[in-house]
Amino acid sequence: MTAEPHSAVAAGRETAHIAGAPILQVSDLTVRYGTHEAISGVSFTLKEADQVAVIGPNGAGKSTLFKTIAGVLPASRGGVRIGGVDPAGHICIAYLPQRSQIDWTFPVTVEDVVMMGRTGRLGWFRRPRKADRDFVHACLDDVRMSALARRPIGALSGGEQQRMFIARALAQEAELMLMDEVMAACDMPSKEEIFSILKTLQQRRVTVLLSTHDLEEASSRFDKVMLLNRKLIGFGEAGQVFTPDHLKEAYGGHLRLVPTGAGVMILSDSCCQGEP
Amino acid sequence: MTEWSEFLLAPLQYPFMTRGLLAALLVGIICGCVGCFVVLRGMAFFGDAMSHSILPGIAVGYLVGGGARAPLIWWAMGTAVLVSLSIGAVSRHGKIKEDTAIGIIFAGMFALGVALISMGSSYSLDLVHFLFGDVLGVSWGDLTLTLILGVLVVGVLLIFYKEFLVVSFDETLARTLRLPSAALYYGLLILIAIAIVASIQTVGVALMLAMLITPPASAFLLTKRLPVMMALSALIGALSSVIGLYLSYYVGIASGAAIVLVCTAFFLLILTVQRLAHRH
Repeated sequence: MTAEPHSAVAAGRETAHIAGAPILQVSDLTVRYGTHEAISGVSFTLKEADQVAVIGPNGAGKSTLFKTIAGVLPASRGGVRIGGVDPAGHICIAYLPQRSQIDWTFPVTVEDVVMMGRTGRLGWFRRPRKADRDFVHACLDDVRMSALARRPIGALSGGEQQRMFIARALAQEAELMLMDEVMAACDMPSKEEIFSILKTLQQRRVTVLLSTHDLEEASSRFDKVMLLNRKLIGFGEAGQVFTPDHLKEAYGGHLRLVPTGAGVMILSDSCCQGEP
Repeated sequence: MTEWSEFLLAPLQYPFMTRGLLAALLVGIICGCVGCFVVLRGMAFFGDAMSHSILPGIAVGYLVGGGARAPLIWWAMGTAVLVSLSIGAVSRHGKIKEDTAIGIIFAGMFALGVALISMGSSYSLDLVHFLFGDVLGVSWGDLTLTLILGVLVVGVLLIFYKEFLVVSFDETLARTLRLPSAALYYGLLILIAIAIVASIQTVGVALMLAMLITPPASAFLLTKRLPVMMALSALIGALSSVIGLYLSYYVGIASGAAIVLVCTAFFLLILTVQRLAHRH
């Protein structure tokens, strides 16, 4: 851990992006845990305001990919560039946790959690001021959670939990949001709510990577999809990525491709990492 | 009315009782604040291990200093910081499961402490003091030191409150915000260690854990906001210490045990009232 990135953050600054560089460039990224290769040789580039659904079976390395992009896990080989520079100095990347990673009995309210996103901007020794509280409330308003600002986090539904984390990412002023399984615990209305928030984010030029198990949703709701299973199998428009060959490569024996009158029907028995 | 004031004031005619009360009050507040993080981060076992592992440090100081009490706190401090850092390193990087690793260090250190103390002349008496505290033996010097350590611990907790909150709630967020999460983690371990050292003379190593977790757990039942939880926990800790010491004076039971019993009673009372309120 070097002192340099902290002092940059503490002063309320962060590493500047290089003008014209893509918001995210991943090249030959390989991450190993011991001898186990979680992801291997992954390369792709995202433009500002891209929204990409990342699809892959359990253990495909989706969370590993996200955490490496966020600069939380180290790359074993290859690298990540955010706006042309190393992610380690950036606080513009938000990782939205899977709900199983959070202790929902923790004694904090929705606005407390969203305020945590301001910590990097506030710097050391500074308490949140009125401007920060107003900012937090504007972020809550953006995800239509203002009415729940003072609710303890233990009393939220699955969809509300995720919207709170999106608000936290907004409070962080994130330009790149990595959403890990945000839809996993959501019912249909909550999903629609999140899709409409994603639209707003796109208008604000926020770049989004969202991991999901739902192929249907990925192809109907996202301009671009990414198929991942330890290595990058396909990246681009759903029609070109979700081909029978690619899907078989990603899911192997877990996937059945059934030809029907309306086209190929895909049956998957891999679902919902860590979710009931 | 006068009976009550006499009841409350009678023990204070002894200076050692006044000093003991002030020490117990401080310990209740210090442990109440730090303990919230111990409870929320699920570090109860760590806290227990920490306090027991200090024993060999105290014993060495005791043997080296020929029984002098004053330097013991520095021996305890050195051991506490060393142990918290090594437990931290083991639990972050080790191949053995965290609780197993902590258990090995804790039991080994505790045994070493008992072994060393048994080499001294008045083995059983001194061991009892270290194990269960000796709040009535607190000197003005000890009290001043406890106050300084308390201000230090609570002050650091308040100054870095928002950083400790983030790193305790969501470490991945702390790292994407580029907070020094490892330094904050070790910092918290050291604060716990200092709180334990400051409290060791009052409750002793064996009952230390109760001061760290019982008042925070009681406060946790009462609120859904961390700042409120810390304040309530400090209040419950302080109240328990004072009530416990009076209990010890009038009923004639060991002071450390009395304080811990009052903490436990508070917890059970709150739990029971809530259960009953929930049912109706």
